[in-house]
Amino acid sequence: MLAGLFNYWVVIILMMAGLYVVMSSRHLVKKIVGLNIFQTAVFILFISMGAVDGGTAPILVEGTTLYSNPLPHVLILTAIVVGVATTALGLAIAVRIYEAYDSVDEEDIAAMDTEDRRQENAVTTVTNTPS
Amino acid sequence: MISTQLPAIVLLLTLLSAPVCSMIRNGDNAWKLAMCSVWLSVAAACALMAQVWGGNNISYHMGGWAPPWGIEVRIDELSALVVILITLFGALVISALRESLRTVMRSHRHSLYYATFLLCMSSLIGITITGDAFNVFVFLEISSLSTYALIARGRDRRALIAAFRYLIMGTIGATFILIAIGFMYMVTGTLNMADLAQRLPEHTDNRVIQASFAFFTVGIALKVAVFPLHYWLPSAYTYAPKATTAFLAATATKVSLYVMIRFVFDVYGVEFSFSQMKLDVLLIPMSIAGILIASLTAVFQSDVKRLLAWSSVAQLSYMVLGMALLNLNGLTASITHMFNHAMIKAGLFLTLAAMIYRVGSSQLRDLAGIGRSMPITTAAFVILGAGLVGIPLTAGFVSKWYLISAALDKDWVWLAALLIISSLMALVYIGKIVDVAYFKEAPTEHQAVRDVPVTILIPCWAFALLTIYFGLDTRATAGVADRIAHSLLGIAS
Repeated sequence: MLAGLFNYWVVIILMMAGLYVVMSSRHLVKKIVGLNIFQTAVFILFISMGAVDGGTAPILVEGTTLYSNPLPHVLILTAIVVGVATTALGLAIAVRIYEAYDSVDEEDIAAMDTEDRRQENAVTTVTNTPS
Repeated sequence: MISTQLPAIVLLLTLLSAPVCSMIRNGDNAWKLAMCSVWLSVAAACALMAQVWGGNNISYHMGGWAPPWGIEVRIDELSALVVILITLFGALVISALRESLRTVMRSHRHSLYYATFLLCMSSLIGITITGDAFNVFVFLEISSLSTYALIARGRDRRALIAAFRYLIMGTIGATFILIAIGFMYMVTGTLNMADLAQRLPEHTDNRVIQASFAFFTVGIALKVAVFPLHYWLPSAYTYAPKATTAFLAATATKVSLYVMIRFVFDVYGVEFSFSQMKLDVLLIPMSIAGILIASLTAVFQSDVKRLLAWSSVAQLSYMVLGMALLNLNGLTASITHMFNHAMIKAGLFLTLAAMIYRVGSSQLRDLAGIGRSMPITTAAFVILGAGLVGIPLTAGFVSKWYLISAALDKDWVWLAALLIISSLMALVYIGKIVDVAYFKEAPTEHQAVRDVPVTILIPCWAFALLTIYFGLDTRATAGVADRIAHSLLGIAS
């Protein structure tokens, strides 16, 4: 039971670990790392489902008749590219956030945003008093 | 000959012009190229609609490979309607974009901006026309990635945080959809949507398919911003660059809703989604809560952009509610409102962008007296606002009429009453803006404000006039939606 579904157990553990990091971490870069682990778990899920017991890589060779299903593997090649693009964009935005806020800690940034909004509202009260 | 290749053309026009745009250094030339390609796409989309009008669905085989092995492009009236929505409203926004960008960005950056915009548009078209489940995921990710980039270009530093949060939420949503597609492939061995629809009914008792449905629902609900998964939307819309918000509000969530309708009704099937998995029991309370809470939140906003963003959450809940009611009027309302609301909200955000262009802020207090200093722009805003509230003779009335009829068809008088109450809330928040615009004195620093250049005015008024036109002539919206609803529910018309 456990041995036969080993890959899927790995997938579940990685997926939960990744999601947990995304949700619990305050550090923006660590969130991206969590997202990557989460996505990798899905890649392993797809690759495992394409595997055939005793099958070899799907390349025509003399003497083999049993091949793994190449389609999920090809799909995952695309998904990996998408994942890399997402990571790159996420990190690029994180760098811009660091330049703008001088911090990559979510709660510090939220505090600064609250301060910004408080100032916007403070201006409202000042301009409203004369009229 | 060209007419048989239209499904590929409508996708490739914007997809191929995006990289070319990014290589043109002069921003104005890039804009001209973008204008050419988007308006040609509008023409192609209209031609597609003419081909499928009345139910002649198109199945186009990419590269000549027959489905289910090759990738199939399937176009019916629903997808043709959504493609028109994306191209037409996108084209109107791009028309105003040049003047609007001039004040916020140095000109050598413009071409990259147009390229991202075109990429976003072509991937949204791709999601709509493809007949392959995995293609939906890939296009969804392309559109999301370009959307994050567009939002991050906002002037306020909070735009970066909004883009980052949307990136995290959006990626989790898209990955959930990927898991759902993987599970479906595991059981059926196919990715073609029509093929999946045929094979899935045999496996409805399979736990894997049920899990796939759950993953799909959560993933797409994140993308549609169904309450309570709407958390990313208000900030993303508020801090995105002003004209871009108009495009995002019109298209991104609507296309996700299209994917939801397509999968729930066509791929998983009505029987499985509603009778077995009880999707309506989940969606009806969530969307009612969304309508009331988001409308109420909108009433108390002092930033008009944020106000309109919250109103979007409420309006999206209308569409989800219409779908979940699972009767003819409800589904018609949902699809009609998808089109009408895209038009109205894009128009509102664009006229607001025109006001920000002059005033420099979207705070309610800065818009005081704008009805007198910018009369033509504000008049368009009032017409569109009336459409949002659902006043008769505007497009918004048509879709709300169908939605209330759907509630009455179910004998749910309380729901009809709730919908009227939420429309009154819309009247309050739109009325609040109109009141400030016409009856408050302009602050001294805004005395010299005048109407915007004609290149921005024309798209704004195009949206306003379309809102009135589709309030009077409903053949292209409610008429099509009614036929689609018949075919999705499997009822002969």
